[in-house]
Amino acid sequence: MAEIPLETYKTDVHPVWCPGCGDFGVLSALYKAMHALQLDPTKMVFVSGIGCSGRLPAYVKAYGFHVVHGRTLPVSMGVKLANPELTVIAVGGDGDGFAIGGGHIPHAARRNLDITYIIMDNETYGLTKGQVSPTSQIGHTSGSTPYGNVEAPINPIAFAITYGATFVARAYSGKPKELVDLIVKAVQHEGFAFIDAISPCITFYDTYKMIPKKLASVPETHNVKDKAEAFKLALDTEHLYMGLFYLESRPTFEESVMATVHRAESKGMPKFDDILTAYR
Amino acid sequence: MNDIVFRIGGEGGEGVISTGELLTRALARADYEIYTFRTYPAEIKGGHANFQVRVSDRLLLSQGDKLDVLLAFNQEAYDRHFKFLKVNGVLLYDSDSFSTPPGINSCIGYGVPLTKIAVEQIGLKFSKNIIALGVLSELFNIPLEKFEGLISEKFKKKGEEVYTKNIQALEAGFDYAAQHVKKVDSYRLEPVTHKRDVVVMTGNEAMALGAVAAGLKVYAGYPITPATDIMEWLARELPKVGGVVVQTEDEIAAIGTVLGASFAGKKAMTATAGPGLSLMTEFLGLATMTEIPCVVIDCQRGGPSTGLPTKTEQGDLNLALYGGHGDSPRVVIALTSVADCFQGIIRAINIAEEYQMPVIVLSDQYLAHRMASVERSNFESVEIKERLRPTPAQLAGYKRYALTETGVSPMAIPGDVGGFYTATGLEHDEAAELSFESQNHEIMTEKRHRKLRMLEKTSNEAAKVYGLEQPEIAIIGWGSSEGVIREAVERAQEEKMPVGALHPKLLKPFPTQRVQTFLKKAKVLIIPEINFTGQFASLLRAHVSFEPIAQLNKCGGLPFAPEEILAKIKEVRKHG
Repeated sequence: MAEIPLETYKTDVHPVWCPGCGDFGVLSALYKAMHALQLDPTKMVFVSGIGCSGRLPAYVKAYGFHVVHGRTLPVSMGVKLANPELTVIAVGGDGDGFAIGGGHIPHAARRNLDITYIIMDNETYGLTKGQVSPTSQIGHTSGSTPYGNVEAPINPIAFAITYGATFVARAYSGKPKELVDLIVKAVQHEGFAFIDAISPCITFYDTYKMIPKKLASVPETHNVKDKAEAFKLALDTEHLYMGLFYLESRPTFEESVMATVHRAESKGMPKFDDILTAYR
Repeated sequence: MNDIVFRIGGEGGEGVISTGELLTRALARADYEIYTFRTYPAEIKGGHANFQVRVSDRLLLSQGDKLDVLLAFNQEAYDRHFKFLKVNGVLLYDSDSFSTPPGINSCIGYGVPLTKIAVEQIGLKFSKNIIALGVLSELFNIPLEKFEGLISEKFKKKGEEVYTKNIQALEAGFDYAAQHVKKVDSYRLEPVTHKRDVVVMTGNEAMALGAVAAGLKVYAGYPITPATDIMEWLARELPKVGGVVVQTEDEIAAIGTVLGASFAGKKAMTATAGPGLSLMTEFLGLATMTEIPCVVIDCQRGGPSTGLPTKTEQGDLNLALYGGHGDSPRVVIALTSVADCFQGIIRAINIAEEYQMPVIVLSDQYLAHRMASVERSNFESVEIKERLRPTPAQLAGYKRYALTETGVSPMAIPGDVGGFYTATGLEHDEAAELSFESQNHEIMTEKRHRKLRMLEKTSNEAAKVYGLEQPEIAIIGWGSSEGVIREAVERAQEEKMPVGALHPKLLKPFPTQRVQTFLKKAKVLIIPEINFTGQFASLLRAHVSFEPIAQLNKCGGLPFAPEEILAKIKEVRKHG
């Protein structure tokens, strides 16, 4: 089969993002990952929430579903239950994923839903012009915290590992090569693949100078199957580790659900009349 | 005439409901028509439970009015229900559980030592339920072999001993009544001569079955009374026909999963009660905006808030009609009977698919958990509709929201080559591209509402009239009150009153023309509703200009009895 060119994955819709937004890096990495994997865009669905990142599906030539705030994961589950053959990539910001939608990550993770979930994490609410988010640091001043943020931020990596995500990684939009590599692995992973993609907001919380100072690669010696070791790296306050923290292999939700269906079906389709007769 | 109303009352969790179900099925197997009504405590153990079954050899439209036979397992059951017993009705009570009740002189009382027989003769305390069934069998001529058949099906799988004990209990009750109860009442069921091919099921079971017949493939839900058994039924049956059921983390996730599945091409549905529907309203707006078929069942219960979880109410009509932001067209269907639960859910899924919009189906606790005998023919000749899909020519230069005469556009699903689009809650144009232009918003809003207008004819045709087509005294009710109203109309007509009832099935779009025609000669309109404010009356006033309207509202968690409707008819006639 002829190679699918990179350009095939792009639409001609111009992104609304501010020049210099980290989300451009994530989008570009997605194109490259799709190209590297030669994915059939007809069988792909991008599901997004609300926020700057929510606009992403329109920029990819594939099927897209731009849903309500915080609910990318339940919608992704519906898509996969309807058609497990589809490749589903859910994208959203840190507010969409950890604030309004925070209640869904634990369940997608423990079910091991076979999707890739990329959080474009900029530690702020960009689309509403700069308020604190669940990943903002203590002391961060913003529109809604003029005297400084008093709430401790969540730790996305530790959060995802705790709830049973089977692929947990962090990337940085400013390191495109590594980001492409992680997306490729995440899509290939059978199960719930979570990427905390640091994607700075140049307009309301510019961290381009701050991030690289703390950035470090996950050590080459790290055993990705060692959960305790993965937590140690996640909880490290000195470094912001980038790379794959944790990897686990267990049956996906769709596999398990479809196995149930096949077991039930193998007993033979019930006749409608027989179902009725049970109510005599 | 064979028409007896039985009520069984006792401690919750001690088998009152299953006893009632056995009685119901035995009667149905003996070819009687049955109609049940139950209330039960919100607690799992303890509290008071009761089960009512009306039996007749002709079509039953309601649970009836007063009781003919009250079976009281304890003092509380007597205290609660004795006042509903007819003069000269039968009180059957466990004489070991409480002493001779004071009302014994105004009824026919039979004390049976149910507990003593259960403990001493059978050696199983809870067998008093089955003993009571034996007593009922003997006293009212309910064929014993129907009970034996049911006990065999229910208990044989639990082992020979359990089965034998229950058969012994049944016979012990029968024998005790034959030997020790001197029958002085006149209730006796005469055998039905015409055989009927019926099944006995609850509203929730009929709905779940209807959904399967309509081609449901994905069900997502969150447990909530009184809708939970829809999910449990489907969890058992849907995988057998290749469908999947998922219990989500909340109702928001349930409707989200439904929309995801429908976006990807499968028929999908969820069921909930008022609190859950409240949570789903944001997603319903998305379903309207992205034109994705979906069905949401609301088994209404007493509200607001947690309210009366195990009691009935028609309080969610406003939420179903208006619950959402923006001009958000959706279809609202109210189910009217157990038979209609099957047909109505098929209609709902068909409309959702054909018109690519959310359909809210209103049931309630009264309908959800009542059993009725339904002719098998009700389940035949089901017409199934599928959503409009793009042709290969339409996929070249595909426009997801192409403007059409009906407002319905061909819907591509992932996997369709050339059908790429992003479904979005943001306003968009025909090609699904974002557009915030004022003219576009007007065009697309009108498109979404056009689909609703296309359904007006269906709504007008679906409404049913009972009694006079253009009555002087008009009644319009909705939902599960259909049978009760119809019975009241029949009785009023027997008394030569100029009465008729219209019962719509689609509430949105509203059957305006049909209502107008129906009201042409009316001098007064009665609107009975199980809610405090008259939510349907408000809806009607928004579409039809008519006065005077006599609202009949109650919200005590119980359905109407035919008597109450009849009393209102007489009242308006007198003052009319």
